[in-house]
Amino acid sequence: MSSINKAHVYGDDINTDLIIAGKYTKTLNMAELASHCFEDIDANFTTKIKPGDWIVAGRNFGCGSSREQAPLAIKHSGIQGVIAKSFARIFYRNAINVGLLLVVCNTDQITDLDEISVDLFNGSVIINKKLKIPCEKLSPIMQQILEEGGLVPYLCKRGDF
Amino acid sequence: MGYTFAEKIISKKSGCQVSAGEIAIVQVDLAMATDTTAPLTIQAFKEMGGVLVKKPARTVFVIDHATPAPNEKISNLQQLIRNFVLEQNLVLYDQGDGICHQLMVEEGHVRSGDLVLGADSHTCTYGAVGALATGVGSTDLGAVLLTGKSWLRVPESIKIVLTGELNRYVTAKDAVLAMAGKLTADGATYASLEFCGDGAAKLSIDDRMTIANMAIEMGAKNGVFTAAIEDEDLKPDPDAVYINEYHFNLAEIEPMLACPHQVDNVATVQAKAGMVIQQAFLGSCTNGRLTDLAIAAKILKGKKVAPGVRLLVAPASRKVLLEAMARNYIQELIRAGATILPPGCGPCVGTLGGIPADGDVVISTTNRNFKGRMGNNKAFVYLASPVTVAVAAVLGRIARPEEVIQ
Ligand code: SF4
Repeated sequence: MSSINKAHVYGDDINTDLIIAGKYTKTLNMAELASHCFEDIDANFTTKIKPGDWIVAGRNFGCGSSREQAPLAIKHSGIQGVIAKSFARIFYRNAINVGLLLVVCNTDQITDLDEISVDLFNGSVIINKKLKIPCEKLSPIMQQILEEGGLVPYLCKRGDF
Repeated sequence: MGYTFAEKIISKKSGCQVSAGEIAIVQVDLAMATDTTAPLTIQAFKEMGGVLVKKPARTVFVIDHATPAPNEKISNLQQLIRNFVLEQNLVLYDQGDGICHQLMVEEGHVRSGDLVLGADSHTCTYGAVGALATGVGSTDLGAVLLTGKSWLRVPESIKIVLTGELNRYVTAKDAVLAMAGKLTADGATYASLEFCGDGAAKLSIDDRMTIANMAIEMGAKNGVFTAAIEDEDLKPDPDAVYINEYHFNLAEIEPMLACPHQVDNVATVQAKAGMVIQQAFLGSCTNGRLTDLAIAAKILKGKKVAPGVRLLVAPASRKVLLEAMARNYIQELIRAGATILPPGCGPCVGTLGGIPADGDVVISTTNRNFKGRMGNNKAFVYLASPVTVAVAAVLGRIARPEEVIQ
């Protein structure tokens, strides 16, 4: 799993209301959901990102609500994954369950529009083809869920845990 | 070496002895979803090949977040929930019944020693009655509907020792805001909070619910009051291992606020006294219970909401509303100028009425003051106790209770 794409850098404590406001969560239409992603932090978000890009953030990304619309909005905006110093736990589960990549590492040296390449299975993030930052590995069950493409395909295949 | 509550209950529900950091597949006793999360839960369940819900009698859906439905799109999603409930014979609470977390406890769905997963982050409220209860997303809950199980990482535990008793007009909300200030918004990430000590044991169920409700605001997986754990085998061992321990003397807690836009941005009411407000909200799963309405009615009785202030009140459930009417609290609030909303989440999450205007300062008994949370990212939300909200509604500004209560 390796690709090269750009970083869009945000700060600490990016909460689920900032990712997708409560008023937009009442829909099953993913394109509509994604069109409001990050609206309250960065009005240009949906126009500036390219498919495969990464969100980079500080501590406690995804804190707040259990709304799965948060990782879904990010995923359907075209973002490949989120790289942060730490994630709130419900967001963390939800992202893996819907097949959004999450990487935990020290993001201090990543700046806006840096080129990012992630090698999750060897546990590293490479910035601008030069700097290599070690990242945490997923627990085996999360790795299996992600390998299947999320919890739905995981359970479709196995029928049970 | 002993075990914490979280280690014991996850071991029991998984059938293997586990300790913090390990992953376990657990039997889930009770599952819950709301109108925000149930549609995606149903979709995930069906996509997983689900035909019959595994434990229908212990699967509860609640329509509380945007009710009565404000538009046809939301109404149709709620209809989808009702149809699924009928088809699968699940438990449903519909429009006007109340907030999910209130109903789960009030209607006796949660029992001490249960393992509960709810597709709502404040599911952690049920630690007040001795359950291990935590929030998950819709797909996780869909998997619970399908299999009756889920996987959990056994959390590390943090001990919160409460001593002493709250002073008059200082509430459990002030205590939990003080805790959030101390532990910070991610100070308990992934951890289980164990509230213990003689101060915790003396708190009422309502107060315990207010505190456990906000465990998630410190990043915790769950929070439990050890005094509510009935099963001896689940009580934490004296030599259990904790990653941290905090002590709070309830007698020293001051009236507190969480200032915009972060729960751990706390200040005393004293420090912010004089701040002018435009909207006040009394309600939510944190503070919409009878005791909360009682104290607000006591403060507002015979007085008027200050000019320029809108006071909104949403009782946490139909039962709370009926009881508050029987005791005249609702009448007193209405006479003072409050607008009473139907039982439910009300303006807490910005999906229905009560959206503040640009630049409005809102004082609210809810649990989250994120930017945009109440539906307008140009509003400023202060979290406070029902006492502080009622006092601010009367004066039109933030003030200590002594200014209004003799
Ligand atoms: S009252 Fe607010 S915090 Fe509680 S369940 Fe409803 S929206 Fe969530």
